[in-house]
Amino acid sequence: MIEALLAILLAIGVGFNLLASIGILRFPDVYTRIHASTKCTTFGTIFIVLATVVYSIYRWLPNHDARWITIGIHSALVVIFLVLTNPVGAHAIGRAARKSGIRPYGAVIDELEGYYEL
Amino acid sequence: MSLTTSFLWSLIVYLILTAGSGSVLLWSPAELVAGIVIAALIGYATRNIMDERLDYFFNPKRWVLFLIYAVGPFFYAMAKANLDVAYRVITGKIRPGIVKISPGLTRDESRTLLANSITLTPGTFTLEIDDEGNLYVHWINVPPGKEKPTPEELCGYLPKWARRIAE
Repeated sequence: MIEALLAILLAIGVGFNLLASIGILRFPDVYTRIHASTKCTTFGTIFIVLATVVYSIYRWLPNHDARWITIGIHSALVVIFLVLTNPVGAHAIGRAARKSGIRPYGAVIDELEGYYEL
Repeated sequence: MSLTTSFLWSLIVYLILTAGSGSVLLWSPAELVAGIVIAALIGYATRNIMDERLDYFFNPKRWVLFLIYAVGPFFYAMAKANLDVAYRVITGKIRPGIVKISPGLTRDESRTLLANSITLTPGTFTLEIDDEGNLYVHWINVPPGKEKPTPEELCGYLPKWARRIAE
């Protein structure tokens, strides 16, 4: 029962991380690749960590060993810091790329055109 | 005295990191003493950088709203975004562009919250923000005729929540 639940959570997480990798290979330029790498890795990692938390709660329940609380809380902290830092890193990479003059591939509109030259 | 905020933050994070180490509630006495000493050092070292806004940062209403937002609307938007990006990864249908929105937020904290939320949700990520609080957003699939979107057309209910939580 618990193994099936963990397998489903891990499969969802690994699946989204795999899609992110394919996206990085498939998309045409740096901005669209950032889309793949930030969103899918964050979402996939949430599910992998959720599997860890579920497993540590499952092992903690019979004898209330404090080590499993530590593992569960540390895993949950991984998600919090990932969600806080991943968008900031993506913003920094994208902004640096735009500042160094890389134009978005196939853009139908570019409001930042001429913004940095002022 | 501008070190209370960073002292409390550091202490809370240290206590979360070492939870489960001993017998005083969840912590061992040595970890409690070490946590207070380290948090005091960090608070002293960052006293010129951190602003003292205890009533703003430790307002329980903001924290309750933030938690509701994180597990409810934000997680739903994020799941939708991931299915959307997965669809575009597989089919390769994209129509990218950099659009500009004016959400009209006034505080740094609410702008940060909205920019980070936009980066993690439907096909959009924040490239640049200017002094008036306009966000320049790279949108992976600009619908035809939506080249000058309103904030609601770009990211739905996110600006409303950012205003509710952090203004």
